[in-house]
Amino acid sequence: MTPFRPAPTVWIAGGGALALALFLTIGAVAVVAAHAETAGGLAAPDWRALRFTALQAFLSALLSIAFAVPVARALARRRFPGRDALARLMGAPFLLPVVVAILGVVAIWGRSGLVSQAMMAMGWERLNVYGLAGVLIAHVFFNMPLAVRLILQGYAEIPSERWRLAAQLGAEGWALWRLLEWPMLRAVLPGAFALIFLICATSFAVALSLGGGPRATTLELAIYQAMSFDFDLGRAALLAALQFGLCLALGLFATGFATRTGFGAGLDGAAERWDGRRPGALAADAALIVAAVLFLGGPLMGALWHGVPGLTEMGGGVWLAAARSVAVALVAAALSVAMAFSLAALIVAAEARFAIAAKGVEALGLMTLALSPFVTGVALFILIAPHASPFRFALGLTALVNAMMALPFALRMLLPALRSAQEDYARLAASLGMGPWARLRLVWLPRLRRPLGFALGLAAALAMGDLGVIALFSTPEAPTLPLYMHGLMSAHRLGAAGGVALLLTLLAFSLFWVFDAWGRRAEA
Amino acid sequence: MKTILTAAALALPLAGGAMAETLTVYTYDSFVSEWGPGPQIEKKFEAVCDCDLNFVAAGDGAALIGRVKLEGEGTEADIVLGLDSNLIADAAASGLFAPHGAALDGLDVPGGWSDETFLPFDWGYFAFVYDKTRLTDAPSSFDNLLNAPEDVTIVIQDPRSSTPGLGLLLWVKQVYGDEAGEVWAKLAPRIVTVTKGWWEAYSMFLEGEAMMALSYTTSPAYHAIAEEDGTKAAAAFAEGHYMQIEVAGKLAATDSPELADRFMAFMLEEGFQGVIPTTNWMYPAKTPAGGLPEGFDDLVTPAKALIYPADEAKAARDAALAEWLEALSR
Repeated sequence: MTPFRPAPTVWIAGGGALALALFLTIGAVAVVAAHAETAGGLAAPDWRALRFTALQAFLSALLSIAFAVPVARALARRRFPGRDALARLMGAPFLLPVVVAILGVVAIWGRSGLVSQAMMAMGWERLNVYGLAGVLIAHVFFNMPLAVRLILQGYAEIPSERWRLAAQLGAEGWALWRLLEWPMLRAVLPGAFALIFLICATSFAVALSLGGGPRATTLELAIYQAMSFDFDLGRAALLAALQFGLCLALGLFATGFATRTGFGAGLDGAAERWDGRRPGALAADAALIVAAVLFLGGPLMGALWHGVPGLTEMGGGVWLAAARSVAVALVAAALSVAMAFSLAALIVAAEARFAIAAKGVEALGLMTLALSPFVTGVALFILIAPHASPFRFALGLTALVNAMMALPFALRMLLPALRSAQEDYARLAASLGMGPWARLRLVWLPRLRRPLGFALGLAAALAMGDLGVIALFSTPEAPTLPLYMHGLMSAHRLGAAGGVALLLTLLAFSLFWVFDAWGRRAEA
Repeated sequence: MKTILTAAALALPLAGGAMAETLTVYTYDSFVSEWGPGPQIEKKFEAVCDCDLNFVAAGDGAALIGRVKLEGEGTEADIVLGLDSNLIADAAASGLFAPHGAALDGLDVPGGWSDETFLPFDWGYFAFVYDKTRLTDAPSSFDNLLNAPEDVTIVIQDPRSSTPGLGLLLWVKQVYGDEAGEVWAKLAPRIVTVTKGWWEAYSMFLEGEAMMALSYTTSPAYHAIAEEDGTKAAAAFAEGHYMQIEVAGKLAATDSPELADRFMAFMLEEGFQGVIPTTNWMYPAKTPAGGLPEGFDDLVTPAKALIYPADEAKAARDAALAEWLEALSR
């Protein structure tokens, strides 16, 4: 289609990233399985876990998207003071440490939460959300903001000329939806849905605590049980393979659904919106935005407020632990985005000639999200231990695994943007005789700055808060911040642990903010 | 930075003459956190052993033994510390551990201790903890709890991911035997939720989500000592309370057998045992000469200590887990 001949670097870097991702997912499962004393078998409870995992993840993703579309639409067409800050705060629920987020949700929706208290004051029964409802509330709280951000990025990529043209043609409401918004959503939503499905599918503590009991057993819990309760490597490997299978199937399904927008290039002016100026539309948008702020802000405040008294009793080691975590986060973010960029370039290059293979790579790129830290951790251990002490590489391994887990997010941000850049500018670049480096520097990076910033921020923040593999490799002299928090919790120091959780959230969010702000400073 | 540190670490002992022997102890991560017993114990042992005590966090529960099994003979560990007594049979069957050779008299573990491979270092009783200002009429037995008013709710931990959760599972099984499944079905409506770890459940209880949380009889001591809060209490159950005993074992493949023996002996001395109550919030296996800290005196003393013998624990555990899943998944 395009006269673009990808440079060998694209194949090498992309192939390398893909190989590493496959190695740490499927490879890890194979290593663990090879070490198992007995071949694992699946029993009825495992199929129940699979069914519950798929059901709650499907509904969580569906609801998150369903609420995110109107909220993002309202945010996209309104300009008001604090709008940018609000859009950026949308990253916050996602970055809360899991245990803290559970308490935040409970503070609002629990049996003694705000909603229950209000209902009882009005003479009703108290609310009992424990069950599927609780799981869905928590997962929508976590992921709806992520969906909003992804959709907002989609809006930002519709060239301003298209909006102007639509306004000149008098397209409003339904027509505008059909001509501009729906095609954009068709391109963005399948990926967002797949991402959220995968996040929810690998949920463990949230699903269990708010699901009310063992009915809410997910595959990840079953993997944990196999590892930590039975130490049955065969079963753990089999369950992990099942989880990857589920994710891969969903990834293929979603990439199959996605279409291209085909809006073409614009002059990158700021979009001005002429639609939705009637009072009714204005009121509806305002109501939507306020509702979203309340829904997201409530548990967030509940979670953070909790930690304030503990800030003064965190203990001396906290700052070193924080420094270690920031270092891990930065390395993980850089690695993750570099890999995502290589993979995206590979996919875009392959699409022209091997469309099906490109779709496969895209689906595989989602799979690292389903990576179970327990399985991958043990696999790395098995591989490294005969040659060197894995403890010496604890921080490096943590950064690597975290980079892998953030890879799908980064890929989701970068791929659509890279695709448009390629479609819109490849011919121009080729006609100017640009080499691969000039193309990277002059075409790709400037076009990708916004998603790059977002991806770097998200990857860094996610790596910051992850407990994951570090718990398998840590030496007590060098805890990361989440490990430090975990130590406090286990020592009954709940107040101090709350303080550290608050610090962790603030640091994670600051990292996110800095990178995101860098990306948004792009001349849009 | 890291290479500089490593170089310095290598150079220092060389400069000082002979290199000190290193003792590597695998344990669970909260034991070695800044607030756990690890750091104080390390300092105290190193003061008397002329060695380098190296704690390594290697996973919780069965994963801790799993790690050693994976490493086999080539393991760096000399000692594994922090196994739950339920796992003793499993660990012994691996054949990786050597007898401790320590004298077992003078241990203050209820029910006594006679295992020759694993040595206990602390223990505790599981119990439901409540807030005296919110629950004035706490149940005095399991039967009592089963028939308590509807609003006496509990929050518990999942036995698959949490030690207290597993303790409750075995507690109910030992008290009710074949009827354990029915008891769980009867308890189900008052279980607000089941959490992954102790912390979530206990925090939910503190926030008022449930009247009682599954924890330890020693938990009120934490509130009394660290927070000067006397409102928390453990409900004493007439049927008795299930115990958790934490043990350590010496690996047969250790390259420092004498040093390992010294550590095992030290484990029951003042320097180790005195640290346990206010860091691990458990009872020391051998009560220090100075007695227990204030705040431990007015704790509930169960009428009866319940525990499965090590060789029956696994079978009881698997049967009880199946019943639990069945009863609570309905």
